[in-house]
Amino acid sequence: MKLENFFKKVNGQSFMLSVTIGLFAVMYIIGMIVFASKGFSNLQVFLNLFISNAGLIVVASGMTVVMIAGGIDISVGSVVAMICMMLASFMEKGGISAPAAVLICLLTGLVFGLVQGFLVSYFGIQPFIVTLAGMFFARGMTAIISTEMISIKNELFLKWATAKIYLPFGGYVNKKGTMIYPYIYPSVVVALIALVLVFAMLKYTKFGRSLYAVGGNEQSAMLMGLDVRKVKLKAYVLNGFLCSLGGVLFALNSCSGFVEQAKGFEMDAIASAVIGGTLLTGGVGNVIGSLFGVLIKGTIETFITFQGTLSSWWTRITIAALLAFFIVLQSLFAKAKEKK
Amino acid sequence: MKKFLAMFLIGALAALSFSGCSKTQESSSAAGETTKAADKASGDLVVVGFSQVGAESDWRTANTESMKSTFTEANGYSLIFDDAQQKQENQIKAIRNFIQQDVDYIVLAPVTETGWDTVLKEAKDAGIPVIIVDRMIKVSDDSLFTAWVGSNFEKEGTDAANWLADYLKQKGKDSEDVNIVTLQGTIGSSAQIGRTNGFNKVAKEHSNWKILAQQTGEFTQAKGQEVMESFLKSYPDIDVVVAENDNMAFGAIDAIKAAGKTCGPNGDITIISFDAVSAAFDAMEAGDINVDIECNPLHGPRVAEIIKKLEAGEKVEKLQYVAEGIFPAETAAKDRVGRAY
Repeated sequence: MKLENFFKKVNGQSFMLSVTIGLFAVMYIIGMIVFASKGFSNLQVFLNLFISNAGLIVVASGMTVVMIAGGIDISVGSVVAMICMMLASFMEKGGISAPAAVLICLLTGLVFGLVQGFLVSYFGIQPFIVTLAGMFFARGMTAIISTEMISIKNELFLKWATAKIYLPFGGYVNKKGTMIYPYIYPSVVVALIALVLVFAMLKYTKFGRSLYAVGGNEQSAMLMGLDVRKVKLKAYVLNGFLCSLGGVLFALNSCSGFVEQAKGFEMDAIASAVIGGTLLTGGVGNVIGSLFGVLIKGTIETFITFQGTLSSWWTRITIAALLAFFIVLQSLFAKAKEKK
Repeated sequence: MKKFLAMFLIGALAALSFSGCSKTQESSSAAGETTKAADKASGDLVVVGFSQVGAESDWRTANTESMKSTFTEANGYSLIFDDAQQKQENQIKAIRNFIQQDVDYIVLAPVTETGWDTVLKEAKDAGIPVIIVDRMIKVSDDSLFTAWVGSNFEKEGTDAANWLADYLKQKGKDSEDVNIVTLQGTIGSSAQIGRTNGFNKVAKEHSNWKILAQQTGEFTQAKGQEVMESFLKSYPDIDVVVAENDNMAFGAIDAIKAAGKTCGPNGDITIISFDAVSAAFDAMEAGDINVDIECNPLHGPRVAEIIKKLEAGEKVEKLQYVAEGIFPAETAAKDRVGRAY
């Protein structure tokens, strides 16, 4: 009885967000205590969560936008692989300069999103089916460009990839006697800027608000005078762009193009968004939650490597448990809302 | 306002308790860990971080076991093992974590040949030597890794082709047309590239060898079987199957038998396989596989040797090939005696 009241009264969205952030904080503190002797508390371990997941942060933001509008995009993993392969192939085989290659890739993402969005909104096809086709298409195109791995050796691109931005504090001396200051890469800066922009867009622009309206209830959004199809189309275009940007960041981390890259990436993005409080039915969600979803996944992975003997498949199992937990929590809120 | 505050507190509490539940696996596994960590702090164990590709084949499992049994605490090592589940991005993360854990050596069995520049540079900046095992890597700067231990895949490929040439001569078929199909490994892996190229190079010298099709079975039994089934449907007269690892050979054997054909020394189709894991010796003794080219997975002792030398401040050779044999079915029973895997 009391519990039911609780779910009715409390603001579902901010509660979900605080659960996610709280979970991350608790996990991280446990890690610092358990692995104290192994350097888990180094600032760099925290920064590595961003460095290794820069691409995923951006892709998950795009996914959040689409999910808020009531859609889904399972093509993102394949698109990331295709973008990496295009970058590698343009720069290494086509002799195209790094900025031009990046630009072409970002445009490709836009067009990809445009086509998928068009099919979803103007033809009314299920987003799952459209993006399933997109997933096969992008993975196939990756293999058509090259079945062999292409290593990116472009000097300018490698410079972007390896340019460390050192923080002036928090350094430590390692066993070999080398002083190491914490650092990030430019990719992290790009990812965070993209995240902040999407956050502001969702919160303060007309387009951002109409995404929530369309995802929450398409019918009433239409009655309010919103062009539902246009909003949906825009959501997919934005997602396509973010996905290709994520792909570029992914390439900065891996410096290669390869058919098998980023397999299951779409699932990581969806899982991060859901753990971050985004509803699969649309209308609810925000990118800060998704960021923490990504960080939680990264922390579990860090746990596994620091532990050293545990099978890394525990990452998946823990994520599964978390997903189940968050989905149940969401449905409790949804039910309480209905009764209200 | 008061109400809201109370709600928030309840929320925070709930978050704490919920996360407590989901953390149980972590903390229970951590219990065993703390004792180990304490050992490490007191003793002078050499800490080795090993990032393994995954557990996709019997060969890989034998490779992992070799590392685990070599780098034991009894031998003066503490091994941090990470399974990358076939994903390069996981390996990059693992290496970053190894650097943060201040390991003494990083051993890397790479998923892919490329894409290591950034993270290996980080290891180099931290002064941690990196030893590559199994597949080779392509980096812009060779000083990013200290040594490489592995197989000469191209030689394995030519060995296989040369064996086939001798075998056909023995049977008096060296002038007849021979139809060959290849089940390739994961495209782009060193083993696939080396074995395919090595075999094809020799095949070109024999004008009667016809390579009908080459397709990837991704080093797995299921995919090997699937591809072999489609081969059997499209080409009715296959004489030789080259499977670029044992697991795909097992899948191919199942497909051949299901299609009502026979294989092995006394069958219609000759099967050439690579890796020579213990299950493959079983298959040879059962008369299903004609020949198996060894790919020695016992890298542990070799890597330990390198680490010992580095600890003593000695120089090590950059590229080190492991010794490998060719095992025809006829002598399989004898050859397998004393093999550890």
